[in-house]
Amino acid sequence: MDAGALLLSRIQFGFTISFHIIFPAFTIGLAAWLTVLEALHLITGRPVYRLLFEFWLRIFGMAFGLGVVSGIVMAFQFGTNWSVLARMTGPIQGPLLSYETFTAFTLEAAFFGVLIFGRSRVPPWFYLFSTAMVALGTALSAFWIMVNNTWMQVPVGYVVENGVFVPTDWMKIVLNSIVLVRFPHMLLGAYLTGAFCVAATGAWYLLRKIHTTEAHIMLRMGLLLAAALLPIQIYFGHLVGDYVHDYQPAKFAAIEGRWHDEQPAGEVLIGIPDAATETNRYEVKIPVLGSVIASMSLTSKEVGLTSFPLEDRPPLLIPFLTFRVMVGCGLVMLAIAWFGSYLSLKQRLEQNRLLLWLTFLSFPLPFVAILTGWYTAEVGRQPWVVYGVLRTADAMTPFLTARAASTSLIVFGTVYTLIFAFGTYYIYRLLRAGPNGHAVEVAHAASPNRPMSLAEDRETGYAGTGE
Amino acid sequence: MEIFWVTLLAISILLYVLLDGFDLGIGILFGLTRSEERRRAMLNAVAPIWDGNETWLVVTAVILWGAFPIVYATLFSAFYLPLLVMLAGLILRGVAFEYRYKTERMRWLWDLSFAGGSLAAAFIQGLTVGALVQGLPMANGEYVGGEFGWFSPFAVLCGFGLCLGYALLGAAWLVQKCEGELREAAYRQVYLLAAGVLAFLVIVFVYALAENLQIMGRWLERPYLFIFPVIGAGAAVVLAASLRHHWDGLPFTMVVIIFLAAFGTLAISFWPYMIPFAITIDEAKAPASSLAFMFWGEGLFVFPLMLLYTVISYSVFRGKVHTKPDYH
Repeated sequence: MDAGALLLSRIQFGFTISFHIIFPAFTIGLAAWLTVLEALHLITGRPVYRLLFEFWLRIFGMAFGLGVVSGIVMAFQFGTNWSVLARMTGPIQGPLLSYETFTAFTLEAAFFGVLIFGRSRVPPWFYLFSTAMVALGTALSAFWIMVNNTWMQVPVGYVVENGVFVPTDWMKIVLNSIVLVRFPHMLLGAYLTGAFCVAATGAWYLLRKIHTTEAHIMLRMGLLLAAALLPIQIYFGHLVGDYVHDYQPAKFAAIEGRWHDEQPAGEVLIGIPDAATETNRYEVKIPVLGSVIASMSLTSKEVGLTSFPLEDRPPLLIPFLTFRVMVGCGLVMLAIAWFGSYLSLKQRLEQNRLLLWLTFLSFPLPFVAILTGWYTAEVGRQPWVVYGVLRTADAMTPFLTARAASTSLIVFGTVYTLIFAFGTYYIYRLLRAGPNGHAVEVAHAASPNRPMSLAEDRETGYAGTGE
Repeated sequence: MEIFWVTLLAISILLYVLLDGFDLGIGILFGLTRSEERRRAMLNAVAPIWDGNETWLVVTAVILWGAFPIVYATLFSAFYLPLLVMLAGLILRGVAFEYRYKTERMRWLWDLSFAGGSLAAAFIQGLTVGALVQGLPMANGEYVGGEFGWFSPFAVLCGFGLCLGYALLGAAWLVQKCEGELREAAYRQVYLLAAGVLAFLVIVFVYALAENLQIMGRWLERPYLFIFPVIGAGAAVVLAASLRHHWDGLPFTMVVIIFLAAFGTLAISFWPYMIPFAITIDEAKAPASSLAFMFWGEGLFVFPLMLLYTVISYSVFRGKVHTKPDYH
């Protein structure tokens, strides 16, 4: 086996999946938001909801497309770079990911077409239904991905026969208590991402004093939803921590920055971990709190990373840092959402420029939180790909060369950079232009033989000027 | 149970080849015209359905992984570099649907990525089939060919052949979906491409005879296989007639039948091998508990539903799309 190819394959998987997760994280929340808008429009008949729907649908379309194309890569990558893993765990991971594709991906793809092109071709109730199906599809997709990843974190319900993982208890694999905390944690993260992006867009317009009616709705709905969801999210985060403590003690020690066993254990807030000396420099540590967080006890002994054999330890630095970044983002979002909700109740939301600026600048936070949360989970699982059973180093395609792996990394890196750079720029331009009445007019006017194109940037007039 | 999954796998591959086939084909034809009006009409003929079409590729991949993990692991790692090219092509053509309308200055870039990506994906798919027909270097059920074990002149030939085949599907779809000048141009393309595909099939046949490929022997062993080429030939005759009489509805159906015939020929001549002639269905199948888990949920209930909403989305977007310049 080629050590260079292994490192390159790990970088490639990390890179491609990080790129991919940005878009589902965004579209899961947006799809739910679109469903709410469409329902509100049908119920109240207020045109502003329709306007917002058409506007966010265009953003959704861009992000969804990027999610789809980067997702196809994921369906192949287990086989191309990790053929030993694919062969050994295929009987478990294969069916799980096939459920993901069957139930979710096809649901999204089928009804997404109706959403974009079918407004004039289907009755309003069916259009709302299609929107809800897309939202359901995105959430189901997240569910199966979490089931699959949870099995890699805590493998259950299998026996190993002839070097192959044979499933014996699907109920346990699909609906175990860990899935039931990790899936909501992910789903809430996605809804928070949607909420903050919507709120930040509203804040941006209010700062520029444009589209104020729509902006006010976006800002209020986004912040209020975030304010309600964030405490629940933090609670689920705590439950996820509990499972890590019980099932993946080495990862837990790494996250906590705990090199040595302690009783009672302190909680390291910040510090700079130093692997050479197996200590933290400049650490700020609260005594006993570590035991309270880990075991709800004042006296419990908590295990340190050095209690594990060297070859079974995850790197401490990355989970330690990424976990703190994630929690930090969560707390900042909580502060902004509660501050904003308080102002909203006092009817002083728009006047407070500090809040508008904070909300506007906060849009990257949920993305950063999701990415760093995943880095904590995945890097913390190392050196295992299936925790405790199969090492990452043993899972790679045995004949993969560093030359082939570097070629693919360069190609994916180039292609993704290109489409990401232009994609975010185009989304930025759509957001900057904002909702406008024209789009709705066109949608009404579209006859059955003139499906309107989402792709059109009507306000800036980029389409239709080519001839 | 494994027969059930082989069947679903075959249906998924077939749907992928037919559906994404015409939309990749339109991507290839897209590169051959300079007219913005035609290009828009071509995109409009596939825009509502292309990502649904591409879903069948992912469906194929995950059925393979879940039901036949060894095949998934072996083939995908063996075709490492070709698959990389295919994926890059699919990504670049997929984003072009949206991106090209977002810019005028950079439109050439996304048009290039749409046509080039479609061409690359089609070529690689043909190459893959060709390499499988030729036979991958395998020993004891493991791939031993290294980075370029899939390469052969025959595989490259099949790559070009499938580009022609997909372009033919695409042109036939345009005949069915479009009107006016674009439809006339598509008619002419169907003529040329059908001739090209026919020539390709003859070359493949002669090559196979000359090389005495293993698969050729199987055709001779099982003469009933010739039913498929015969059906294909029949469809080609009807296709020629429909072209002469301008029956818009027929060419696409006939090209589909030709593809079905080719697919049937291949599938039955591989039987019972999944990786010819090294790994059989029986050797590749996942444990019974995996196949059963997939069967009782997605196989029995979700798969028919997927077929249903494929039909629904096609019927929502049935009929001609217009090509007038005031379109947008």
